[in-house]
Amino acid sequence: MDEVRLIQIAEDIHADNDLAARALRSRLDDEKVFLVNLMSAPGSGKTRTILRTIAELQASLRFGVIEADIDSKVDAEAVAAEGISAVQINTGGFCHLDATMVTQGLDQLELADLDVVVIENVGNLVCPAEFDTGAIKKVMILSVPEGDDKPLKYPLMFSVCDVLLVNKIDYLELSDFDMQKLRERVRKLNPEIEIFELSAKTGQGVGEWAGWLSREAKSFLGC
Amino acid sequence: MHELQVTSRILDIALRHADGHQVSRIAVIHLRIGALSDLEDEWLQRYFDYLSRGTLAEKARLAIERMPIVVRCDGCSRSFEVEKPALDAVACPGCGGPRCQLISGREYVVANMEVV
Repeated sequence: MDEVRLIQIAEDIHADNDLAARALRSRLDDEKVFLVNLMSAPGSGKTRTILRTIAELQASLRFGVIEADIDSKVDAEAVAAEGISAVQINTGGFCHLDATMVTQGLDQLELADLDVVVIENVGNLVCPAEFDTGAIKKVMILSVPEGDDKPLKYPLMFSVCDVLLVNKIDYLELSDFDMQKLRERVRKLNPEIEIFELSAKTGQGVGEWAGWLSREAKSFLGC
Repeated sequence: MHELQVTSRILDIALRHADGHQVSRIAVIHLRIGALSDLEDEWLQRYFDYLSRGTLAEKARLAIERMPIVVRCDGCSRSFEVEKPALDAVACPGCGGPRCQLISGREYVVANMEVV
C-alpha cells in the first residue's frame, strides 16, 4: 500500500481573477477611465437604462459600452444604433464576465476618447456577483415585476453592489411590490448601498441616478 | 452555475501543486467554500470527474467544507455567525445593532490534498 501524503495548498480559486481585476483597476486609474459593472436578471432593463443614462450625461461625459451576451449581438446593436462606442463580448456559454474578458473588451475601445465605460454583464443575479471584473463601481438593477423578495434569494448580489437601481417604477401601481420592505431588506444586507428608484421607460428618476454617476465619475477623473 | 469554470481552476491548482512531488495519484482535494456561494457540491464533483479524466486527479474526491457566514456589528464590533436565510434580519446578539459588515462567507480556497 502506498503511503498517503498531505500537500498543503491554501490557494484561492479566484486569485488569478482578483489579480487581473487589480491590474485592470490600476490601468483605469492611469488612463482615466471610470468603469462601471452593471448587473441584473434578464429583462430588467439594462440596455434601456444604459441608453437613458447616456442620453442624460452625454453633454459632459464620453461613454463606451461593453456588452456581454452568451451568444448574440442584439444589445450591442441597439447601443451602437444610438451612435455610442460599443463592443460585444460573447461569453461562449459562460454565465458571467471576469476581469480578463473585460480587459479584452476594453482593448477594442479607444479609451483615450472615453471617460466612462459601462459593462452590461450577462443577465443573471447569481454568478456575476462572484467575479471581480476590475470595475470601479458595481451597480445592479432590480425591476419592479421581479418582486421585493429578491434580496432574500440572491443575497450576495445585493451585498457586493455600490448602487441599486429599482427600475420600472411605472409598474408599481399594478403590483404588490413593497418599496419600503425592499429598502429594509437591502439595507440589512448592505447598509452603505445607494438606492435610486427610476423608470428607464418614462425617464422618471433617471436624473438623480445620473447625477450620482456623474459626480462619482468626475471625482474619479479629477475634473 | 459556473461550476465548470471553478472546477477547471481547482484541477489546474491541484495539478500544479502535484508537479515535482512524485505524485502518482491525487486521492482527495480539500476545499473550503463560503456558505454564500451557490455552487452545488454534486455538480462540482461531476464536472471534476469529467475534466480530470486522464490526469493525476482522475477519480479524486472533492471534500468540501462549507465556511460559515460571519458578520461584524458596526456598533460594538462583535463578530457572529449568521445563517443564509436569516441574512435579511440580522441583529447583533450583543447590542441589538442592525448594521453589520460581512467578514467571511465568500471563500473559495483549495486547502490541501491527499496524494499517493
